[in-house]
Amino acid sequence: MASAQETALSAERQDIRNRWLLSAPALIIILLAAIGPLFIVLIYSFLAAGPYGDVEWKFSTDGWISVFLQRDIFDDTLSFADAHLAIFWRSVKLSIGTTLLTIVFGFPTAYFIATRPERTREMWLFLITIPFWTNLLIRTFAILQIIRNEGIINTLLIKAGFINQPIQILFTDTAIMIGMVYVYLPLMVLPLYASMEKLDFRLVEAGYDLYASRFAVLRRIIFPLVKPGVIAGSILVFIPSLGAYVTPSLLGGGKNMMLGNLIELQFGQGRNWPLGSAISITLMAIVMIALLAYVRNAGSSEVRHG
Amino acid sequence: MPDKNAIEVRDVSKLFGTGDAQFAALDNVSVSIRENEFFTLLGPSGCGKTTLLRLIAGFDYPTDGQILLYGQDIAPLPPFKRPVNTVFQSYALFPHMTVGQNIAFGLEMLGKPKAEIEARVAEMLKLVRMEALKDRKTSQISGGQQQRVALARALAPQPKVLLLDEPLSALDYKLRKEMQIELKRLQHETGITFIFVTHDQEEALTMSDRIAVMSAGKILQVGSPWDIYDRPAVRFVADFIGETNFLHADVVSANDGRATVRLSSGKEIPATFPSGSSPQGKVTLVVRPEHARVAAPNGTSAHVGHIENVVYLGTDTHFHVRLDDGTPFIVRQQNSRNGHNGFAKAERVGIEFGQDVAQILKD
Amino acid sequence: MAKRRFDLKALPGFTTIAVICFVALYLPIIILVAYAFNAATSTSEWGGFSLKWFASAWNNDQVIDATIRSFQIAVLAATFATIAATMAALATTRTKAYRGLTFKYAFINQPLMVPEIVTAVALLIFFSRIKVWTGYAGLGYLIGAHTAFCIPFAYLPIRARLESMDLTLERAAADLYATPFKAFRRVTLPLLWPGILAGFMLAFVISLDDVVITNFVKLGGQDTLPTYMLGQIRRGITPEINAISTAFLLLSILIVTLFFFASRKRD
Repeated sequence: MASAQETALSAERQDIRNRWLLSAPALIIILLAAIGPLFIVLIYSFLAAGPYGDVEWKFSTDGWISVFLQRDIFDDTLSFADAHLAIFWRSVKLSIGTTLLTIVFGFPTAYFIATRPERTREMWLFLITIPFWTNLLIRTFAILQIIRNEGIINTLLIKAGFINQPIQILFTDTAIMIGMVYVYLPLMVLPLYASMEKLDFRLVEAGYDLYASRFAVLRRIIFPLVKPGVIAGSILVFIPSLGAYVTPSLLGGGKNMMLGNLIELQFGQGRNWPLGSAISITLMAIVMIALLAYVRNAGSSEVRHG
Repeated sequence: MPDKNAIEVRDVSKLFGTGDAQFAALDNVSVSIRENEFFTLLGPSGCGKTTLLRLIAGFDYPTDGQILLYGQDIAPLPPFKRPVNTVFQSYALFPHMTVGQNIAFGLEMLGKPKAEIEARVAEMLKLVRMEALKDRKTSQISGGQQQRVALARALAPQPKVLLLDEPLSALDYKLRKEMQIELKRLQHETGITFIFVTHDQEEALTMSDRIAVMSAGKILQVGSPWDIYDRPAVRFVADFIGETNFLHADVVSANDGRATVRLSSGKEIPATFPSGSSPQGKVTLVVRPEHARVAAPNGTSAHVGHIENVVYLGTDTHFHVRLDDGTPFIVRQQNSRNGHNGFAKAERVGIEFGQDVAQILKD
Repeated sequence: MAKRRFDLKALPGFTTIAVICFVALYLPIIILVAYAFNAATSTSEWGGFSLKWFASAWNNDQVIDATIRSFQIAVLAATFATIAATMAALATTRTKAYRGLTFKYAFINQPLMVPEIVTAVALLIFFSRIKVWTGYAGLGYLIGAHTAFCIPFAYLPIRARLESMDLTLERAAADLYATPFKAFRRVTLPLLWPGILAGFMLAFVISLDDVVITNFVKLGGQDTLPTYMLGQIRRGITPEINAISTAFLLLSILIVTLFFFASRKRD
């Protein structure tokens, strides 16, 4: 008969073996249909472009060079690819802008929900949750219908006599930003609310007791305590903004591309898969850097969804 | 009463962690628990009492040693193969089942026929006086009722030993008192061996046939409540259970369980000592506060000192005395209706011992 | 009248901004829904109430076809993802840290960390290779891709449920002679059920809503409802899209409502 300590050891080993077996399906699916293909993208970025899309299996750094530089057709000299740089700049600019605007609007909204009485709080939270889970395409479409030249804003303004010509909002950077703030706002409000819900309002009372003004209470007490929520929300908004595809392609049109559209272009009409791969890897690298910065800041607490 | 052992714990150690962080939750513990006994493991939190209970239940395996249930080593068996049931501190009632379904669970798992299960559940409900609540969800009954269901559930499969892990700690004072009596009744009616874990010395003294006092992974003393209270073997036991005075003394003579010691006042008094020890030289004595009296100093006084504080407690008065050798000494005297005991702060008093009140400690 | 009492929780302007946010979140959707009932062909003027765009969507074979495909994929992907996520959650909770645990967390949550467009082109490359090798051209690619990105969403509520579950309940079952398998079936699974249901619903909605990955992975004639709509919007706006969106919205709201109450009502 096995001794108790042998039983304990083999039980522990078996437990860990079982845990690997149990997680195997999820790990394999994600490996095959999410992580693994990323390595193929990395490989493709170092291959030569095929004439009709796809790649030729020979090593080439052309894909990477073309991310930021362009080769002159006549004299082979390299110069900065202004078009690509502009798209990178627009993506970063609009993503940061979107993040900041969602904080500006999301912070008071989350605070508003968190300070509602227990009974109605659920309802307000529910109202934020619905857009969170409704189709991003539909919500982008809703914005598109409002801001286009024949949309309700321009129609009303013209009817009211403020303007004779519709204001061109659609197909501008502003349109993309409005759309992204609109679709990603719930992603900011939910983690903010999660950290505000835990806020101990006796601390606010203590602040007022110690002669703090409303602004001082907000800046010195509330904000520091809900900072983890602000950081989590910023990450949740910044990452999808940077990689946004649907919103800029519907609201930005062909001229105001973001990185997502640039990548699509290389796999479509551009027929430059290595360049598309290299841009994809670059985009992922920027996201990873942002995530690492977040992990550094927020300790080991994980990114929460919903 | 038969002296057959239900549980025998032999040289059991349980180590947690590795390397420098390793510590022994149980350090070479041996103890025998008799059939039909109400046995209590008593000690402060972290002393290893719950670990020992978990080893007997099978939720953990000992690093070393054996656990015998009626002679068979059960230490390597998983919990579902041991005829031992547990009443958990949190009760651990299944929230998705009714009271009746909870009680039936163990019997079902043992594959008992339906009719037998139903009869047994009814019997158990009657035993714990919960017949009316059979179809309630466990979240719809009070804490005290949950406690009874937990008991019924653990008793239903007629285990050879019932383990109780601080089962009364979540109840309020009055309910706890009621349940103490209830538990004694259940143990008496079912004739099952109970192993009870608690950190409450009063609870242990009230309910147990025998008590094992534990500290830092070791069992320090096993004995009847009377033994433990009046004949503590070591300082920790004396200190943990009730209030105690410690006095220095020199052994004058010792044989046959009786000793004579000289106090620092020069007075010689008789004392008892734990079996298996042979006291000599300088020793520590314990005297319970209620076994001494304050009186005007005279020739029969064991010690002389002055009163530092008088604390009135309703039933008793505590006299905090500073003996002439500097040792603090507390005397507890029962109050009578007509006024207090007549001594005031700063007054000089003599301490008088009753018959046979001093016990010599091993350490 | 005394001065207005000082409200500890109020901050100036916050309520105004919050109300603006709620209005701004819902107004575009309400307008979108309103135009679905517009009799006029143009979406810029109101031509009276009509259900004709719903009828036209209903009679559009492409719409019906895409809807059925969307549901096929969502049901299968959510089912696979929920099963895999439940197993993974059981393997990664209620244990002391063991080697590989952090690795598993990172792995399972990876689809949340990588921009969708990157995963989309990665799958495009990978699956186009497989298609060349095997000749397979069925829905399997989409189902596989959807399963992968649904796993972290299904995993979240299941894991949360498991972590809040009292470990002593299973210990009590074992103490009452339940073998590990019976303890799982009789105690763990019934208690986990609301989490599994919530996980399934989340995965279902996420799969149903997906545009980007589907748009890259789909083969010819494999449009789902969102990719069909994307194509139509790019081509030009008709109120039919509003009608489809309205129906879609209704379905999403229904599922989210179910999810919201399933995950909140219990304990």
